[in-house]
Amino acid sequence: MGPVADDVSSYLKRRARWSPFEIAFWVFAFASIWLFPGKHLILTETAILALFALSLDLILGYAGIISLGQAAFFGLAGYCAGLLAKYGLVTEPVLALLVSGVAAAILGFVTSFLVLRGSDLTRLMVTLGVSLMLGELANRFSDITGGADGLQGVEVEPILGRFRFDMFGHNGYTYSLIVLFVCFLIVRRIVYSPFGLSLRAIKGNALRSAAVGIPVKWRLVAIYTIAAFFAGIAGALLTQTTAFCSLDVLSLDRSADLLLVLIIGGTGYLYGGLIGAVIYKFLQDWIATLTPQYWQFWIGLVLVVIVLIGRERFESWITAIRLGLAGFASRLISRPATLGAGEGP
Amino acid sequence: MLTIIFDGVAYGMLLFVLACGLSVTLGLMNFINLAHGAFAMAGGYCTVVLVNRLGVPFALGLPIAFLLTAILGGLFERTLYVHVYARPHLDQVLFTIGLVFMAVAATDYTMGSSQQFVQIPEALQGQYNVFGVGMSKYRLLIIVVCGFLTVALQLLLTRTRFGSRLRAAVDDQRVARGLGINVGAVFGITFAFGSGLAGLGGALGAEILGLDPTFPLKYMIYFLIVVTVGGTSSITGPFLASILLGLGDVAGKYYVPRLGAFVIYTIMIVVLLWRPQGLFARSTVR
Repeated sequence: MGPVADDVSSYLKRRARWSPFEIAFWVFAFASIWLFPGKHLILTETAILALFALSLDLILGYAGIISLGQAAFFGLAGYCAGLLAKYGLVTEPVLALLVSGVAAAILGFVTSFLVLRGSDLTRLMVTLGVSLMLGELANRFSDITGGADGLQGVEVEPILGRFRFDMFGHNGYTYSLIVLFVCFLIVRRIVYSPFGLSLRAIKGNALRSAAVGIPVKWRLVAIYTIAAFFAGIAGALLTQTTAFCSLDVLSLDRSADLLLVLIIGGTGYLYGGLIGAVIYKFLQDWIATLTPQYWQFWIGLVLVVIVLIGRERFESWITAIRLGLAGFASRLISRPATLGAGEGP
Repeated sequence: MLTIIFDGVAYGMLLFVLACGLSVTLGLMNFINLAHGAFAMAGGYCTVVLVNRLGVPFALGLPIAFLLTAILGGLFERTLYVHVYARPHLDQVLFTIGLVFMAVAATDYTMGSSQQFVQIPEALQGQYNVFGVGMSKYRLLIIVVCGFLTVALQLLLTRTRFGSRLRAAVDDQRVARGLGINVGAVFGITFAFGSGLAGLGGALGAEILGLDPTFPLKYMIYFLIVVTVGGTSSITGPFLASILLGLGDVAGKYYVPRLGAFVIYTIMIVVLLWRPQGLFARSTVR
């Protein structure tokens, strides 16, 4: 390798290194298992939403594909996990999770060829169309899916044959968080690999990327499939932790909310989905206690206001906060004595 | 069989009136307006309030619904939408979905979540029997009104000065600006007019499509199908696409009720695979 290649690779390696902020983030995330034992149900939902947002960020933030149909993969895998558990086909949750994820990935692979054609509008249409189609199928074949009543009678076996899902969701949360962390590690590896960099190049300019020898189409097919896999894992996780699956997993609202999550947290940045999910869940929880029936109005208002203020400006605020937090976290790390005081409840 | 065709055509015509405003705004400003259905819903609820509560005659209620939604559309265009035209598509999608959510919740709050019905005058109820084919009077009215509107729109676009300005702006915005055409004003008027048509469609369609607060979400996909399948550069494309969609939907629901709306989604995906730019798009290269 020449000196330039060495330079590039050392630069990329430096970029891919774990920052103190990231370490602090995950330490805090795992500490939440013990810090907030009463909030595990909502935290489980947050972790699942974060994983789901992460999957959308892969295609939206890194590959630049607008999708309104990520719920298709979420829902398919959700039903898949539910049916696997209900009929006792694959009883071990972790294995069932993987099977459901693969099912979603297959759907992603097949539909990716549809999505790669045409303009933004066509993509929007096709992704939306695919998720609506699945929703319609799930609604019509109610003898399999339970239709509008949802999939009843899902009994999830203990995780790894050992940890039972309890009523308060303690094990469920730990399980979700570990799955999220593992998926995050894989996504992080993907994003910082040459493959991930080529995706960014495609997002920047597809024509030029093709000119420098990146197989644009196949890279996009690959990332769409991978994203579908992670969305599927999120969907299956929801079914397993709630032991229930309804038509609502395939709804348009779910995809639209997901976009909001990602916009709150910032796109094209791994923690965007995670931070967005936390903020969104708390926002939703807070608004829902104020106006239980009409919280959708305020969510809509948030979307409109974010766009009117300007997403870039909004994201620059988030970045500022993030940098501030990162500085704070690195100061905490460098003075370990204050760590406990800083993170106490 | 003939009844299905008749119903399908009526349904398709209705979809055309609902969606043609969307196709023009999309072609003109390359703006993805997912909130188009919200204007249709506004028109529907206007008629419900006017006809059922205030006792305005149905025939007068429709034009008022048109006017009110057109004003509403123009107002939104001038105050909110203008800021979003130059933004990337993602922003437009977020913005308009936000508007849809707000419209849904606000309607739920003010009008309740139950389905609303417009009281149709008795003269329009029942059906004619022509050669053994049952034709509902109301659907016949829809075909007549929408057919008339389609012809009027076509004439407006091809024969008037405003129409040629609009077509010029759609074809090439920059050159149109260079020729002194005020594209912003043309667009504002078109947007208002398109919203008005959507409102009229919503008012007419309340009987057939049903009217409840989730209307904009439920029919969003239908409008988008019309626009993507029909292409955005003419009136005839969306018109034919609407008729096709109407026939496909009615026939699908009649012959294979178990699959329901599945049929039209399949049609859409096949069409988009075959012709990604739309079935009736002109083969111009930009």
